[in-house]
Amino acid sequence: MDDNKMLEELLEKQAAGELKAKMRYEIPAQDMPVQDGTVRRSNVSEVALGYTELQARLEAMRCLQCKTAPCMKGCPVKIRIRDFVSAIADGDYGKSLAIIKENSLLPAVCGRVCPQEVQCQETCTVGLKFKDVEKSVSIGRLERFVADWGRGEGGVPQVAPETGKKVAVVGAGPGGIVVAADIRRAGHDVTLFEAFHKPGGVLVYGIPEFRLPKAIVAEEIEVLDKMGVKIVCNFIVGRTRTIEELMAEDGFDAVYVGVGAGLPSFMGIDGEQLVGVYSANEYLTRANLMKAYDFGKGADTPIAMSKKVAVLGGGNVAMDSARTAVRLGAEKVYLVYRRSEIEMPARVEEVHHAKEEGVEFCTLQNPKRIIGTEDGMVKSLECLKYELGEPDDSGRRRPIPIEGSEFILDVDTVIVAIGNGANPLIGQTTPGLELNKWGNIIVDDKCKTSLDGVYAGGDIVLGAATVILAMGQGRIAAAAINEFLAE
Amino acid sequence: MQHKILCKEQLSENVFRIEVEAALIARARKPGQFVIVGVADEYSERIPLTIAGAHPDKGTIELIFQRVGKSTAEMADMNEGDSLGYIVGPLGQPTHVAKVGTVVCVGGGIGNAPLLPIATAMKEAGNKIISIIGARDKGLIILEKEFAAISDELIVVTDDGSYGRKGLVTEPLAEICESVKPDLAIVIGPTIMMKFCCKTTEPFGVHTLVSLNTIMVDGTGMCGGCRVEVGGETKFVCVDGPEFDGHKVDFDQMMRRLGAYKVQEQKALEEYKHKCRFGLKNNE
Ligand SMILES: Cc1cc2nc3c(=O)[nH]c(=O)nc-3n(C[C@H](O)[C@H](O)[C@H](O)COP(=O)(O)OP(=O)(O)OC[C@H]3O[C@@H](n4cnc5c(N)ncnc54)[C@H](O)[C@@H]3O)c2cc1C
Ligand SMILES: Cc1cc2nc3c(=O)[nH]c(=O)nc-3n(C[C@H](O)[C@H](O)[C@H](O)COP(=O)(O)OP(=O)(O)OC[C@H]3O[C@@H](n4cnc5c(N)ncnc54)[C@H](O)[C@@H]3O)c2cc1C
Ligand code: SF4
Ligand code: SF4
Ligand code: FES
Repeated sequence: MDDNKMLEELLEKQAAGELKAKMRYEIPAQDMPVQDGTVRRSNVSEVALGYTELQARLEAMRCLQCKTAPCMKGCPVKIRIRDFVSAIADGDYGKSLAIIKENSLLPAVCGRVCPQEVQCQETCTVGLKFKDVEKSVSIGRLERFVADWGRGEGGVPQVAPETGKKVAVVGAGPGGIVVAADIRRAGHDVTLFEAFHKPGGVLVYGIPEFRLPKAIVAEEIEVLDKMGVKIVCNFIVGRTRTIEELMAEDGFDAVYVGVGAGLPSFMGIDGEQLVGVYSANEYLTRANLMKAYDFGKGADTPIAMSKKVAVLGGGNVAMDSARTAVRLGAEKVYLVYRRSEIEMPARVEEVHHAKEEGVEFCTLQNPKRIIGTEDGMVKSLECLKYELGEPDDSGRRRPIPIEGSEFILDVDTVIVAIGNGANPLIGQTTPGLELNKWGNIIVDDKCKTSLDGVYAGGDIVLGAATVILAMGQGRIAAAAINEFLAE
Repeated sequence: MQHKILCKEQLSENVFRIEVEAALIARARKPGQFVIVGVADEYSERIPLTIAGAHPDKGTIELIFQRVGKSTAEMADMNEGDSLGYIVGPLGQPTHVAKVGTVVCVGGGIGNAPLLPIATAMKEAGNKIISIIGARDKGLIILEKEFAAISDELIVVTDDGSYGRKGLVTEPLAEICESVKPDLAIVIGPTIMMKFCCKTTEPFGVHTLVSLNTIMVDGTGMCGGCRVEVGGETKFVCVDGPEFDGHKVDFDQMMRRLGAYKVQEQKALEEYKHKCRFGLKNNE
C-alpha cells in the first residue's frame, strides 16, 4: 500500500478510536534515509538525511502511547516522549517541539548523537515486544525531525529583568551552553569563556561534520548571543584568569565549570612517539575544528596524508576517527578492538555506517607495538589475537591474549582512541577545589563543588560521558546557581 | 578581543618583532610562557610563540618571530595597525626563577627571543649572567644590545666568523663549564643546537634547561600532539613544559616529529608566495 494512504487510514482509525495496538505493530519501522555509502566516502556532508514528514508521522504512529511511558525513564533529561511523539502523529510539530524544549535545549543535537539504544529506546514497549531495540519507536530520529523542522524558528527565549549578578561559565560545550541559557533567562549577566577560538566543545572539535553539522551548533550559539550572553573565546580559565581572580577581582558571583574531559590517554606501547601516531583528539581537532580536509584550500592546518590507517579503540571516538580517515582519502582503515563487536561501546548505527564506508573491523585483536621506519615514521602495527574469557568487573567477558598469535598490519598512521581523562588545568589552578583520584571534580547532587559559588558538570565531573548527560547536569547546576544567587 | 599591532620592527632578514595588544595576557604572563596565535581567522593554523616581553600598563605583549613557513610569512606581511586573528595564553609553566649563582644563557638564532625574558628574570633574581648568543652570520644575530644590557659577560659567535667569535656556541659553552663551573645552563635555539649543548654540559654535571618548540594544536594538554619523551616518560610540552631538563630529552625523536608535515608546509608556503607575487595578496 502507498505510504500516504496508509497514514490516512491510520489517522482515520485513530480519530474513530479504532486503532489497535496490533495495527500499530504492523506499521513498518521507518528507515533513516542516508547518503550512499560510496558517495559519502569522499564528502563530509551529513550521512543521515532525516525523515520526511510522511516517514515521521508513520513512525510516530508506531508509538503505543503507553500509560506509564517507560521510554521516559530511559531519557536522562526526562523528555515527555509519549506526548511529543503523539503531537508528531497529529502533524502538530510546533507543539511537539515545545514539549521537547521543556527539557532539552539542544534537540537537533541530541536527536542526532544520543545513544538512544541504551537510553530512551532501550525501554520502549515496542522494542521489547519485538525483542529488538532496533524495532523500538525511533525516538531520536523523531526528535531530530521536529528540531530540524523548527530550525531557525525558535526565536529568542525571554530574559528576565537584569539582576546585576554576574556568572562565569567556563567551557562552551553542551553543558556550558545549557547553563548559560538557563542562567541568562533568570536575568543574570552571563559570560561564557572558551579556550578554543570557537564555541561548541566536543560538538565542534570532536564529533565530525558528517554526523553533526556545525551550522546546528552555530545556531544555538547565536541564540545565546541574542539573549545577551557574552561569549569570550580564546580565554583559558586558569591561565588567562583564574577562578579565584574571576570571583575576587572581576566581580563574578558564581562560576560553572564545564571544561570537559580533555586529556588523551595513550596505550603506553612502544612506538607511540613515531610520526604518524595521533591521539583521536588531535586527529579530530585537526580535521573538524581546523578543517584540515580543506588544507591548501583556505585551511592552514595540515594532517597526515594517510593511505593505511589503524584506529585503536571501539567507542564513538574511534568510529569518528576511522570514518574521518576514510574521508581524508585513506584507502584502508582498520579498526582494532580487543573485545568482540557486541562489547563495543560505540553506537550501533555508527558501527553500521563505518562498515558501509569500508572500515575493516579487527575485533579480538590488540596492538602490541608500533613499528617505525628508520626515519621515525609509522611502518606497521604489531597486534596480538585475543579470545574471550570469563566476565570481568564490568560484566563484559574479559579478553585474553592468545600466546604466539602476533601478526603485522601494514599502516602509515595510527590513531589512538582509547579514552580521555580529566584535564588537570582547572584543578591545578584552583586551590580548595576537591577532585577524586582520577582528577574529576567532586560535586553534590546539585552540582556544587567544594567551593562556595562554584558549580561543575559534564565530562569533567562524570568522566567521558554523553552530550545529554552533560546537558542534564547543566540544567541541575543552572537551577542551583539561580537559587544561590536569589538568596 | 582586538589584537592590533602597535609596532613592528625587522630585526634581521627573517626575524621580526611586533608589539601587539593583549591586555589580559600582558597582566598574567610570566617569563618562559608562550601564546598561541591564529594569524587571520578560524582556519589559520594555531602557532605557538614565546612572549618575548610584556607591558601590563599598555596592555601589550611583544612577540619575536622568524619567517619560516606560511603562517609566519603571513604574519611578517602584516603591518602596524593590522590585527592578528586571535591570541590565547599565557600557556606553559613559567620558568622557575631563583637565585642559584652563575647562569650561562645560550641562545641560537631565533632562540634568543624566548631566552631574553628568562635571562632578564634570572638577572633580576640576583644571578650572575653569562650569555652566549650565536647565529649563522652577522646579519642573523638578534637582540645583542638587549643581552649586553642584562649580562655580566656576553659572548657572540657566528658560524662563519663574520661577527664576534667564529665557531659554534658549544665551544665557548664548554670553556665556561670548565673554567667557571656555572650552576645552571639555559639553552634555547634550534633543536639540533640544544641537543649538542646538552651533550656539552652533561660531562660537567651542569644542570641544563632547554625550551622545546614542538608542533602544537591547542596548547592546553588536550591533543597530545606536542608530546616528547623526557627521561623515558611522555610529557606534553604545552602543559608540562616548555622547559625541561635537557639531559633527559630525546632530541632525535623530537626532531623527527617536528618534520611530520614538511611536505605540506612547503606546499603551503610556495602557494602563499605565489599568491603574493601575483598580487592576489596586496603586500610584498
Ligand atoms: C569524538 C567524540 C565523539 C563523541 N560522540 C558522542 C555521541 O555520539 N553521543 C554522545 O552523547 N556523546 C558523544 N561524545 C561525548 C560528548 O561529546 C561529551 O560527553 C560532551 O561533549 C561533554 O560535554 P561538556 O559540556 O562536559 O564539555 P565538552 O564538550 O568537553 O566541552 C568543554 C569545553 O571547555 C573548553 N575548555 C576546557 N578547558 C577550559 C578552560 N580552562 N577555560 C576555558 N575553556 C575550557 C574546551 O575547549 C571545550 O570547548 C563524543 C565525544 C567525542 C570526543
Ligand atoms: C613553546 C614554543 C615557543 C615558540 N616560540 C617561538 C618564538 O618566540 N619565535 C619563533 O619564531 N618561533 C617560535 N616557535 C616556533 C613556531 O611556533 C614555528 O616556527 C611556527 O609554528 C611555524 O609556523 P609556519 O606556518 O610559519 O611554518 P610551517 O610551515 O608550519 O613550519 C615550518 C617549520 O616550523 C615547524 N613548525 C610547524 N608548525 C609548528 C607548530 N605549530 N609549532 C612549532 N613548530 C612548528 C615545522 O617543524 C617546520 O620546521 C615556538 C614554538 C613553541 C612550541
Ligand atoms: S534527549 Fe536523548 S535520550 Fe532523551 S529522548 Fe531525546 S534522544 Fe532520547
Ligand atoms: S515506550 Fe515506546 S511505545 Fe511506549 S510511549 Fe514510549 S515511545 Fe511510545
Ligand atoms: S598542544 Fe595539544 S596537548 Fe600540547
